[in-house]
Amino acid sequence: MKARVHVMLKNGVLDPQGEAVRLALGAMGFDQVEGVRQGKVIDLELAEGATEADITEMCEKLLANTVIERYEVELV
Amino acid sequence: MRAAVIVFPGSNCDRDLAVAFEQAGFEVDMVWHKDAALPEDVDIVGVPGGFSYGDYLRCGAIAAQSPICKAVVDHTKRGGYAIGVCNGFQILTETGILPGALLRNAGLKYICRTVGLKVETSDSAFTEGYNAGDVIGIPIAHHDGNYFADDATLAKLQNQDRVAFTYTENPNGSVGNIAGILSENRRVLGMMPHPERAADDGHGGTDGTALFRALSGVLAPA
Repeated sequence: MKARVHVMLKNGVLDPQGEAVRLALGAMGFDQVEGVRQGKVIDLELAEGATEADITEMCEKLLANTVIERYEVELV
Repeated sequence: MRAAVIVFPGSNCDRDLAVAFEQAGFEVDMVWHKDAALPEDVDIVGVPGGFSYGDYLRCGAIAAQSPICKAVVDHTKRGGYAIGVCNGFQILTETGILPGALLRNAGLKYICRTVGLKVETSDSAFTEGYNAGDVIGIPIAHHDGNYFADDATLAKLQNQDRVAFTYTENPNGSVGNIAGILSENRRVLGMMPHPERAADDGHGGTDGTALFRALSGVLAPA
């Protein structure tokens, strides 16, 4: 079983890296870019029997800091 | 008086912190991150600056899950004293001992220079050697020192007089100019600036000395 975890800063939390990417794209002439948010993708390879609850616990305890980040789990 | 300084792979201010404690009269034990227990009779734990685990995932996130951090959490739950500086502050927020989180600096740059800090409260073992309102010069050296807390947490910190230090000129985008905060029982301090790097004439400044002296005054056996 494989799972893909997407971790993004919550809305309203400043993302200076995303902002730097937006400015760079603008400087390159991509005037159509109005906003950029940068996040992380974490791929997990899981043994048989791993549950979605296990993955949620991993996200809550380590993979995301829920003070500033939100996460989504995609089973692949 | 006994202080324990935690050493992670990637810590680089551990010895500076130990020297600052020693100069204030503490005996210091260096404690490896794989140890599961603190030495007995520890009066205060120091979580030093550096780049624990290479800042992988998030600054302090992996360190917060190390065996010794469980012992540090237990120590603070029992009412024990602790100070986290820079990466140590990040680790203390990742363990949940202190609220909020440290984000990438708003200007994206790593900043290494002495900044002005306003002492916001003298009501703690860490800050009673200063007067509220004092402005001191302490070095910062960080890439991820942009303190963030949601509005409710921020209001609580401010209403409970738990903001220890603010920047006189905000270098990193921290909410409320916050440079350091106290736990609810006022026995844990987390701060991004480095008082241990302003604790000897050779450092070019000694404004951090009063913090360690105040601690030794509070923690000295009666």
